[in-house]
Amino acid sequence: MKTAALTRVSEFEWRIEPTGNMRVPGVIYATEALIQAMDEKVRDQVVNVACLPGIVSASYAMPDAHWGYGFPIGGVAAFDADQGGVVSAGGVGFDISCGVRCLRTGLRRSDVEPFNERLADALFRRIPVGVGSHGPIRLGGAQMDAMLTGGARWAVEQGWGTRDDLKYIEGQGCIADARTDAVSDRAKKRQRDEMGTLGSGNHYLEVQEVSEIHDRETARVYGLDEHEVVVFIHCGSRGLGHQIGTEYLKTMATSARRHGIELPDRELACAPLRSDTGQAYLGAMRAASNCALANRQIITHLARQVFAELLPEADLTLLYDVSHNTCKLEEHMLDGVIRKLFVHRKGATRAFGPGHPDLPDEYRAVGQPVLIGGSMGTASYVLAGNANPRVPSFASACHGAGRAMSRRQAHKSWQGGRLLKELRERGIIVRSPSLRGVAEEAPQAYKDVDAVVDGAEEAGLARKVAKLRPLVCIKG
Amino acid sequence: MWSHFHHGADIGVRGVGETLERAFEEAAVALTAVIAEPAGIRCLETVEVRCEAPDRELLLVDWLNAIVYEMAIRHMLFCRFKVELQGSLLLGSACGEAVDVARHQPAIEVKGATYTELEVREDRPGEWRAQCVVDV
Repeated sequence: MKTAALTRVSEFEWRIEPTGNMRVPGVIYATEALIQAMDEKVRDQVVNVACLPGIVSASYAMPDAHWGYGFPIGGVAAFDADQGGVVSAGGVGFDISCGVRCLRTGLRRSDVEPFNERLADALFRRIPVGVGSHGPIRLGGAQMDAMLTGGARWAVEQGWGTRDDLKYIEGQGCIADARTDAVSDRAKKRQRDEMGTLGSGNHYLEVQEVSEIHDRETARVYGLDEHEVVVFIHCGSRGLGHQIGTEYLKTMATSARRHGIELPDRELACAPLRSDTGQAYLGAMRAASNCALANRQIITHLARQVFAELLPEADLTLLYDVSHNTCKLEEHMLDGVIRKLFVHRKGATRAFGPGHPDLPDEYRAVGQPVLIGGSMGTASYVLAGNANPRVPSFASACHGAGRAMSRRQAHKSWQGGRLLKELRERGIIVRSPSLRGVAEEAPQAYKDVDAVVDGAEEAGLARKVAKLRPLVCIKG
Repeated sequence: MWSHFHHGADIGVRGVGETLERAFEEAAVALTAVIAEPAGIRCLETVEVRCEAPDRELLLVDWLNAIVYEMAIRHMLFCRFKVELQGSLLLGSACGEAVDVARHQPAIEVKGATYTELEVREDRPGEWRAQCVVDV
């Protein structure tokens, strides 16, 4: 992106002044190098979002922003229902409530390393992964509806996990006000055998080592220490969320004019929060969020089974579970007034600061864990939400690295088999059903996650707590 | 004729043909090629789909999403497509086989077709183009 079209506010903040139909300015948080690496389309999309009815403060983009559909990926925007605000299916994305969960294991790298290959094989056998994969769980009728309203809480009730887990999940594992009647039969059918599956693409389960500690006090509170081993799970609401996104995108696109909304682009399809369509989407989206939380809970259970068999001294406890494709009703202070706003985070992670009432007691003094997944073979990070952030982007931070190269280009540039060998030589064991998938997910096809995280910290969005290095990666 | 075009995080699918129907069919082959090599998929079972949308662009997205849905619920991959358009109605079929992970090496699931870079038009007489970005 050319910096000439932006107003530089500080070293890490860039502003797009409101022009034309923009109701608010655009704000991008990034270093100059990250801005220059961003697609021009990010600017267009930040501007388009700024034109939507009821948007509050600004249309924000995080340091890992890249060209999405409608909203940029890495986009954050809040809407006020009292001011004709909207909810957008594209502002949440197809993979509703896609997110990351981090588990401590109580093991050190030296405990796990002799078992890396066996651990990789066992996890790969136990956790369904890749295109067309399905799990042993079949859901239908009342059970499906119970899952869609209960989320991870439902999963724990079925025996997949412990009640303690729920304390460390957004919304205590269950998103309220889900509406199963707003979820189509087709969406439910698409999910009937996909519970407990990881999916494909950039979704994965990794066993990682805490390789660096950046904030010793917060790391202690999070229970992280150097050379300890954690498990990172990155996946979402599977076919159900994809189908809900697909269906409501069309409903919103075709009903926008009826709701008096002139869309700058059809891909910005949205509906007033106070409309039947808007309410139905919110209900369906919350059901999909519960599906994602239940899914990550079941995968956690499967990972625990594998560790118990191979490394019985392991104790997998939940550090945190946070989604990065959501729209949530939250309270935020604006100009000294607390307002209830619908905050869209499309490829952006909620990052509540210290003292927030929604945080587990143990974390309240230091802020929310912000989990940043890297790409295969690269680092992941645990950050923490900042107190009184200098930045007003509704307590949000980045979510990952973002692609630097298209899948097709990556497929042409690397061979899956050779990549697996190179990663193994670096001590990273990868298991995947598809060598082509491995090539498309080559570490070099992604931007530098270190630079993105540094940019987020320097911009004041969150602070670095620990860096994680992969040991074993189960890849879709 | 089908091709892919660049999109930052995802991938664009494009079908070009002498008729609108042919362009839609080719776009579906491009969709398949995001997942696996179409040449490696056998035509063993045919699935019928029906879509309806108020305009050609939305109909293309519906058609591709219908294929995504059938792939997901049947655990199949498709290689041959037929499209018949009757105004706002699309009657189509997709022929393929059950996913064989070892043989097909499917790289990625498609979550859905989007309205990004969505275009359906006759670029010159007898050359139709149908394209959009798909989320993966």
